[in-house]
Amino acid sequence: MESLTLTDVEQKYYSDLFVYCDTDNTKKVASNGKVLDLFRAAQLPSEVVLQITELCGATRLGHFGRSQFYIALKLIAVAQSGLPLRVESLNSVKDLPLPRFVVAKNEQEARHTAMYPDLENQGPYQGVIPRPPGRGQVKKVSAHEVIQPCVPTVEPQPDTTSPVVSPHQSPPTSPHAWRKHKRQASGGNVERPPVVVAGAVWTPFREAQSGPVVAGDGMWSAHSPPPVQESWVSLKDTYPPSSSKMPPMRLSLVQENSSIRTVASVATANEIQRQSSSGYDDPWKITDEQRQYYINQFKTIQPDLNGFIPGSAAKEFFTKSKLPILELSHIWELSDFDKDGALTLDEFCAAFHLVVARKNGYDLPEKLPESLMPKLIDLDDSAEVPDQAPDVGYSGSPVEVTPNKSPMPSLNQTWPDLNQGNEQWETFSERSSSSQTLTQFDSNIAPADPDTAIVHPVPIRMTPSKIHMQEMELKRTGSDHTHPTSPLMAKPPELSEETSMKFVTANSGDGYSSSDSYTSDQDPITSVVTRQRSNSGTSPEGLKVVAAPPPPPPRPNASHSRSSSLDMNRNFAAHPTGPQQSGVVACPPAIPPRPLPTQTSGPHSGHRSDEGLAAHSTTSPQQIPEQPNFADFSQFQAFAASDQPSDDGEKHPESLPVEKSTEGAGPLRTVKTDNQEERAAATVNSAKGSIMAPPPKPVRRRLKSEDELQDEALPPKSNVIATVLATLPSIPRSVGKDKKAIQASIRRNKETNTVLARLNSELQQQLKDLLEERISLEVQLEQLRPFSHL
Amino acid sequence: MAVCIAVIAKENYPLFIRSVPVQNELKFHYTVHTSLDVVEEKISAVGKAMADQRELYLGLLYPTEDYKVYGYVTNSKVKFVIVVDSSNTSLRDNEIRSMFRKLHNSFTDVMCNPFYNPGDTIQSKAFDSIVSAMMVQAS
Repeated sequence: MESLTLTDVEQKYYSDLFVYCDTDNTKKVASNGKVLDLFRAAQLPSEVVLQITELCGATRLGHFGRSQFYIALKLIAVAQSGLPLRVESLNSVKDLPLPRFVVAKNEQEARHTAMYPDLENQGPYQGVIPRPPGRGQVKKVSAHEVIQPCVPTVEPQPDTTSPVVSPHQSPPTSPHAWRKHKRQASGGNVERPPVVVAGAVWTPFREAQSGPVVAGDGMWSAHSPPPVQESWVSLKDTYPPSSSKMPPMRLSLVQENSSIRTVASVATANEIQRQSSSGYDDPWKITDEQRQYYINQFKTIQPDLNGFIPGSAAKEFFTKSKLPILELSHIWELSDFDKDGALTLDEFCAAFHLVVARKNGYDLPEKLPESLMPKLIDLDDSAEVPDQAPDVGYSGSPVEVTPNKSPMPSLNQTWPDLNQGNEQWETFSERSSSSQTLTQFDSNIAPADPDTAIVHPVPIRMTPSKIHMQEMELKRTGSDHTHPTSPLMAKPPELSEETSMKFVTANSGDGYSSSDSYTSDQDPITSVVTRQRSNSGTSPEGLKVVAAPPPPPPRPNASHSRSSSLDMNRNFAAHPTGPQQSGVVACPPAIPPRPLPTQTSGPHSGHRSDEGLAAHSTTSPQQIPEQPNFADFSQFQAFAASDQPSDDGEKHPESLPVEKSTEGAGPLRTVKTDNQEERAAATVNSAKGSIMAPPPKPVRRRLKSEDELQDEALPPKSNVIATVLATLPSIPRSVGKDKKAIQASIRRNKETNTVLARLNSELQQQLKDLLEERISLEVQLEQLRPFSHL
Repeated sequence: MAVCIAVIAKENYPLFIRSVPVQNELKFHYTVHTSLDVVEEKISAVGKAMADQRELYLGLLYPTEDYKVYGYVTNSKVKFVIVVDSSNTSLRDNEIRSMFRKLHNSFTDVMCNPFYNPGDTIQSKAFDSIVSAMMVQAS
């Protein structure tokens, strides 16, 4: 008889079958009847069966000895795979699937054998199975648990029948088997409990699997049971020195771990049943048992389930699994989802699961499987879904499911700050208060006024969830910019207060609002300017993240002040400096429908206008005509772009550059200027009659604005203004002192000069960035062009 | 699209080097090795005061008739070298920068892996995939 080399799987399988056929319990010879039945079950043509029996030498011997039986089985496998029956093929054929026997009576065996083909495919890895991995982790494998009873059956060495009959003889394992057996709805032959159990256990997988021999993920369920079984058997709670135990010792291990497994087996059996009914689709799913085990292991390293396991601790832990460092490294890469060098509970479970899988011989995936992916901390706090959702059939055990959910929240909870931060961000615009968000923000943000500053945080660290949040943040910044305008557009009057606030906070760096509304001090102006500066400082960053910067705000602000300055001019009549403006301002005399407001604002604007006139006479003319545009927020940007009416109105010098520079602030500025303009506009617009904005709006605003703006803007602005205003004296409303006014205006002009210079630099920076963007886009375009040619 | 990408450790031994036409690997190794001198020269030229402000991207180290070699040094003196084909004129500086940025990011991820001992050759699959994406598709 030729020597027959069998793989471990084949060995086990054949010995198992031999025992099955060994009804006489001779341990040497399989009864012919059984053997023939078995062969018939192989669904081979009878002549093939005859040929096989002849080849294996049974006909010669007249009975099936063990070796003959094995040879016959192998030949059956050969025949079933369609290869010609040759004696040489016994050893030459590689990766031969195990013989399949399909028989009702031998259903269990059939199932058993059906499963074995999967095992067969795991041939190269089977070597892993016999060798208990060094990891002492008792992995709770749900379906895998099923295999447990099979292990004893698989284990049996050719000459040891005890394992096969272990259910009878080895109490530790038998309870398992029996328990499972009892649970298994498809309880099989009692006489072969192990096989039955195994068969019954195998049934679910058999059903789940399409083909008898299917490699790959589809057979993961089948694959996993034996390997994981292995790990189960060999693993203990804490990396026991089970590595020394060889396969024959597995039984003892099984016995030792039986208590552990019994607990798990109960649950897993239930799971298996459920899974069998529902199908076991996702090979990478973590069952509840496993997850619970992983969680326990996590607790041993890190008691806080919401905390992280640092990389070093994780490294030690997983190194115990005796996997090669390269594979551990790969597992780490897969499981450390946020690449922070630490493992959250979910990441840890994923890594653990991968280690288990690898231990059992399954190739590591290239990408993290869906079911192992930790839930991103999305802004929806509902991400409590466990990433390993048991199959639908699992619904039968909600109790088991819920405990698993509890660890899941940990993932979300690991980002509670961000979530909260997000909410803070959500309310940013409404509160207009700087919130200390927890992500890292661009340090360039200069919250000049913590109280009123709308800090537009630009998160730097890019993590998946953070990316999402950053996008949110970006939207937020964008919305902040737009927020004032939109509401303004909707209901400008009500927004007057807000706008005034926003003027301060947003990039509306025009001093108009301040000067206009706040007669008392020029602080608002400078503060606004400062704010605008800081905002423009921030806006580039924000803009960098945003795809396209919003269009620059129109200039109307200046016009507003200009108009007021016109009033001033009128009032003072000593400053014919506004000739150019006066020219534009058709009829200053006709301006003051509300002399008071304008006057109150007038001094400021007047002063400012002086400054503006002195400093930026060229710019001012353009400001006023845009006044009307302000009120019409919807056309804000259009006007800004189009309208550059040379108008009177020495717009505050700041307003001009402000508008130009901070694009985001545009809407705000317009609002602000709108408010300011209301007063001036009311006069100027009415005078010029070029008011495009509905006069009632400005009027209304003016009605409210003065008080409101002054009241509201002042308090918030006071702080903001503090720094810049230090130099500026508060110009008294009573404009009686021309000299003082002039001096003040001169000072203001100087300040605005500096401010403008700063704005200019910022704008240049922005321009540079945009040019860079443009260049990169052009490059991309060029790159894409060749493709179009191809 | 690079023809060769190399990561050199602080002590100037390669942590990772991959070139696309595998036959010419030795030539690329030599090219990268000679480029190290240029890198050293560039980073030493900045001086102590500017050490922190030194830009990571070094730019074109030196062109040969066939190739252009670009360099990038991290703050921990780990050097990335990219060799591109000179005939590939469409490659802009920005693209090279972005390639280096991607390399740096993946390198950081590799470093974060606790199973990676600094000084070992880089065998991370993720890093490999990033590098492969940047290499000229093997003809």
